[in-house]
Amino acid sequence: MAMLEVEAVGKSFGALRALEDVNLKVEAGTFHGLIGPNGSGKSTLLKAIAGAHFADRGRIVFDGQDITAATPYERARAGMSLKFQITAILPSLSVYDNVLLALQAQHSLWSLLRSATRQALHEEVMASLERFRLQGRAKDLAGELSHGEQQWLEIAMALAPKPILLLLDEPTGGMSPEERRVTGELLLPFKSECTVVIVEHDLDFIREICDRLTVLDQGHVIGTGTVEEIQRSAKVQEVYTSRV
Amino acid sequence: MAILDRPSVAAPSIRFSKFAMIEAVILLAILLTPALLWSRTELITLATNVLILSMLGLSFDLCWGYSGIMSFGQALFFGVAGYVVALVGRDLDFSAFWGTLPLAMLVGLVLSLLFAVFLLLGRRAPTSIFVALGTLTGSYAAERLVSGWQYVGAGNGLSSVKLLQIGPYEMLEGPGFYCLAFAALLGSYLLCRFLVRSQFGLVLAGIRQNEERLAFFGYRVQIFKALIFSCAGMIAGLAGALYAYHQGFIGPGNMGPGLSTTAVLYCLFGGSGTLIGAIIGTAVIEVLSYQLESVQQIKQFWPIILGLVLLLVVVFKQTGLLGFLVSDRERIGSYGVAAAKNRKEES
Repeated sequence: MAMLEVEAVGKSFGALRALEDVNLKVEAGTFHGLIGPNGSGKSTLLKAIAGAHFADRGRIVFDGQDITAATPYERARAGMSLKFQITAILPSLSVYDNVLLALQAQHSLWSLLRSATRQALHEEVMASLERFRLQGRAKDLAGELSHGEQQWLEIAMALAPKPILLLLDEPTGGMSPEERRVTGELLLPFKSECTVVIVEHDLDFIREICDRLTVLDQGHVIGTGTVEEIQRSAKVQEVYTSRV
Repeated sequence: MAILDRPSVAAPSIRFSKFAMIEAVILLAILLTPALLWSRTELITLATNVLILSMLGLSFDLCWGYSGIMSFGQALFFGVAGYVVALVGRDLDFSAFWGTLPLAMLVGLVLSLLFAVFLLLGRRAPTSIFVALGTLTGSYAAERLVSGWQYVGAGNGLSSVKLLQIGPYEMLEGPGFYCLAFAALLGSYLLCRFLVRSQFGLVLAGIRQNEERLAFFGYRVQIFKALIFSCAGMIAGLAGALYAYHQGFIGPGNMGPGLSTTAVLYCLFGGSGTLIGAIIGTAVIEVLSYQLESVQQIKQFWPIILGLVLLLVVVFKQTGLLGFLVSDRERIGSYGVAAAKNRKEES
């Protein structure tokens, strides 16, 4: 069953057609990579799925619901979570409070006013931090973390509310090779827990972690398939050798 | 894996909060003021004014310091509530505290809620500039409106406001009114503190830093902002009523951009996002104004001196006066801990 279906989606910014008739199907329980040269429309597509941009044309169906016109709030409530391309942690809050903020998002206003769930969420916060090896830095301000740790914290925040679809926009951007390898290790255990769509430039990382790939070029989908199929595709090879 | 073996940096341990100490010192100073100034009526009046205006500063801090709402019209809620209680006293001959003070709070609440619906609750998130200009325009328009409206005294405002009544007592300026203003400020402060230190306050802190991130978590950001804006309006309304009763006067200037901007300065000067900073800022600015105004040699240009002092602090110390006393980490604090601790102890 498809967790996410993007049907003939188009998006323009003035005269620039960032996405043109894009189709994408992401099966439940898979890690699906979006790759392509710079300016190919990967991040625009991810933002259209997340609700940061609204598609001009086409339809986006998530878990059986048409979410084309839904707000980010509504998409998050439906079980979608996003990690931004530029790290969007809250630097002046502690690492602990960043994750707590992500976890308590579905709680009622009344319970937030009474701080009714703070204690109950403690174990979950610490478990989330532990999965990303940040438990020792819980009390530090998020802004004091290294770039790699900030990326991990944001992934931890995105995964904390247990989404059914996680959208990762360049999760290893700016990381050292060792940090990228560790990020792959940290993400793999989530394969059994949620569906993931990843936009990434690092093809080695994508190859390691993804089940299927979709390749975009100049706003068009030029290929979809397993990692092996995409690696064998002459069209994809041509784009990568001529444009990357 | 070397990368993961890095020893964690120990978090600063906050065993004794400087914040709590500052709060205790200010509470003590407020409690001792009537005893120390018993015979100096004009100073008691000044101190009462400081307490009332502190509530206005507090209401701005709730908006800007905690939720990132740049309200340049906080005096609107202050002034309208002041006018309402003055009119109720004049036209209905009613000034009992149990009726007029809640009425003033309700006026502040409803008016700010109306503004919130217009400025904050649109389909798309408004920009800070839109909110700042919207509130500023509201404040300016209201000032202009009452300036030309004879029913509310036009440019002269409403003077001889009926005295506030508590039971058989009429509240004149002096130690009695000071205690009433203190009670109102304490209640407002505790309400604000409860809000900003709860899990709700954590959401506000998140909104202040990255509104978009919060929306992608699934928070209805604008609802949170509208709620806190309304709560701030309610506090400003209560302050406005007390001001009208205390001064015996309310005029167009009490709801205009002049006072609204002064509320911004109270907060930025003392230290925004701290609550107590707004009280410190109000006290320093008001006392400094009073002192400078009374020095004969500089009587003509004291506002310039005051303006320079404010400018220096706001530009070179963005955490305000409180920034000299507490660290950023302590200023940020933690959220919902007290409530969680209490529940643990109960269980």
